[in-house]
Amino acid sequence: MIAEFGLAALWLAAALAGLQLIAGALALTPRGQVLASVVRPVAIVQGLLAAMAFVALIVLFCQTDLSVKLVAMNSHSAKPLLYKFAGTWGNHEGSMLLWVTVMGLAGGFVALVERRLPEPTMLATLAGQAFVSLGFYAFLLLSSNPFERLPVPAAEGQGLNPLLQDPGLAFHPPTLYLGYVGLSVAFSFAIGALVTREVGPAFARAMRPWVLGAWIFLTLGITAGSYWAYYELGWGGWWFWDPVENASLMPWLAATALLHSVSVLAARNALRAWTVMLGVVAFSMSMVGTFLVRSGILTSVHAFAVDPERGTFILALLAINIGGALVLFALRASTVTEGERFAVTSRESALVVNNVMLTATLGIVLIGTLYPLLAEAMGAKVSVGPPYFNPMTAIFVLPMLLVMAVGPLLRWRGDSLARVRRPLVVPALLVVLIAAGLLTQASVGLLPLLGMALAAGLAVASLMPLRGRNLRRTPLPVWGMVVAHCGIAVALFGIACDSAFSTERLVAARIGEANQVGPWQIKLERIEPVAGPNWTALEGKLLASYNGAAPIELHPQARSFWTPPQQTSESALVTRWNGQLYVVLGEQADDGRWQLRLWWKPFVPMIWYGGVLIALGGLLALLGRVMSDLRRIMAREKIAFRRERQGR
Amino acid sequence: MSAPKATVIKPKHQRLVLLLIALVALIGAGLLAAWALRNQASYFYVPSEIIADRPEPARAVRLGGMVERGSLKTAADGVTVNFIVGDGKARVRVRFTGIVPSLFVEGSGVVAEGKLGADGTFVADNLLAKHDEKYVPREMKDMSAEQARQAVAATK
Repeated sequence: MIAEFGLAALWLAAALAGLQLIAGALALTPRGQVLASVVRPVAIVQGLLAAMAFVALIVLFCQTDLSVKLVAMNSHSAKPLLYKFAGTWGNHEGSMLLWVTVMGLAGGFVALVERRLPEPTMLATLAGQAFVSLGFYAFLLLSSNPFERLPVPAAEGQGLNPLLQDPGLAFHPPTLYLGYVGLSVAFSFAIGALVTREVGPAFARAMRPWVLGAWIFLTLGITAGSYWAYYELGWGGWWFWDPVENASLMPWLAATALLHSVSVLAARNALRAWTVMLGVVAFSMSMVGTFLVRSGILTSVHAFAVDPERGTFILALLAINIGGALVLFALRASTVTEGERFAVTSRESALVVNNVMLTATLGIVLIGTLYPLLAEAMGAKVSVGPPYFNPMTAIFVLPMLLVMAVGPLLRWRGDSLARVRRPLVVPALLVVLIAAGLLTQASVGLLPLLGMALAAGLAVASLMPLRGRNLRRTPLPVWGMVVAHCGIAVALFGIACDSAFSTERLVAARIGEANQVGPWQIKLERIEPVAGPNWTALEGKLLASYNGAAPIELHPQARSFWTPPQQTSESALVTRWNGQLYVVLGEQADDGRWQLRLWWKPFVPMIWYGGVLIALGGLLALLGRVMSDLRRIMAREKIAFRRERQGR
Repeated sequence: MSAPKATVIKPKHQRLVLLLIALVALIGAGLLAAWALRNQASYFYVPSEIIADRPEPARAVRLGGMVERGSLKTAADGVTVNFIVGDGKARVRVRFTGIVPSLFVEGSGVVAEGKLGADGTFVADNLLAKHDEKYVPREMKDMSAEQARQAVAATK
């Protein structure tokens, strides 16, 4: 019954999306205005129905209802409840249902709370959201029905990919999707504003909290995904330039650019067409990512099933949505009037540099990600990895960091560099001193050297906008900017330290033998078998001592799951303030020795602390914006209330 | 540096200038990417190809094929393995130092990432083996039917 209920809710949600589209479009015409009042409620109910379908699927997974094909293919009765629950989106159909649920709820939430947009723009926005949703509902219902029943219930499920059986699965995909799909709101806002030609500061102020919200989740999702890959895969790396990682990075780059250009539009009424374009590009990148991941043209833990039909379907959706938006943009861009002027040295100019550099980085990542597909179409099999991505992105990111140190200190409209020279003396000295200090150490490469020096300078420079301010009265959005920029510096420092100072050792150790990695001495005490709910493992007991201090016990595992039969390695980590020790247990050699892979990674956790700081900065800015909106609404209502009383 | 007011650009020009900057940066990025990809993309070879058309020694490439039965040997350090990868037509010696993937066994398919040394030994930095029935390195899917049959038989 639950499966049928879920399917019915999904069909109904799709039908309501259709109604929302038609009513929204007709309500924009003079004759259809009666329909205007329908659109908001329909959008809300549509979101709730999609959420109900998703909850139905969660229930099916938690109960392990083996008469449902998707559950039988991807779950198992012996799985711990957490992974039954999170396994709901650990497969193609479930993750697409999560996608439409987030999209429906985001649209419903906009319909519920957004009151600042002019009504026609709001209707066009909700119609746009419905149009995009409708395509994904069709995809789900026609080619990836999550609620399909089996003619005969399976005796037992086939289990979930063991690599995904980790608490990370409960957190990373939903967070990432909230960000990824939340950007659809920015897309629909852009469409709405283009349709009604209402691109201006009011539009930007209405759009900004939605972009911020999606961006915060996207930042958290990427950070969580990076840390998960780092400890789960056992390769010691935190970013592999895997196409799927790039698929999440590209919307983030576009959304970051959008976040900054929307501020220019809100504060100064400049960069009008550009901001709308970025709104379109950001969600387009989310859809390109979904196409890359879900079409099966790539191999990855994220690519669940290879089905060319689905790939074609998503490609068609992609072409319709992105193509349609670009055509609309081309038709309307000329009617978007020129924005306000600004000087070469001004806050606006710094933000233009930020936008251009972020977009160029996006281009570099997009080309590197798509190139293997293009090459394969021409008969050559290639892969593109860090030797391309690292230097190429650095070319654009490093200059952007310089501008990031200066930009927040500049005034809007026009300023002079002489005025901001003084606060930048300390950061500039810091960059030079650290770079010079590191240059004497021949072992540090150019990029890590520049990274560390710039990170230190940027960390100090990012605090400079607080200089001379009353800290209690500093607006939350300014705090948000400071914290987020500081987070970039922190993450960059972690990245540079990891690539400059990581030490790795690969040893075959006897029981009782000790090995040195960096300042750590690691002794292999014993190896013993252990068992979990759906796996058995060999677990090592190791004693790790930092510079002769009291030893810490470590338990890396080599796990064997039985459904599906597969091995994973569970690394063991020790986090100190100045770095992380990372231990992986390998196989036993013929002579009885055990393979151990040991890393000492100075300051590597700063990468993820930085990511969290960036998201926290976004949260502060969002809180500041929402609170000032609420205050304005309350003040307005108070005035209206008073007038009403006086009128009586 | 100069007085701020003096550098305000005329409205008509401002849009044009911004557009030009964006275009130059994006086209620059595109050209740079194309140039870098020519040098940095890592090509895929099977053993007969890599012997017929040797890549430059410094170039990172990928080698895919079947691990020959009886060829897998662990060196004295306990962490280096030597084996032979073949495609039925040619054979290449491969050396890898590290923890091998759990489904890496003789008679099974493998993709090795690394460089071909001057002595004809392929030095791998990374091995990709069949992960599970749902996650097969792309190149492995394109092996001949016979190789695929062997690979499936070996991992069952």
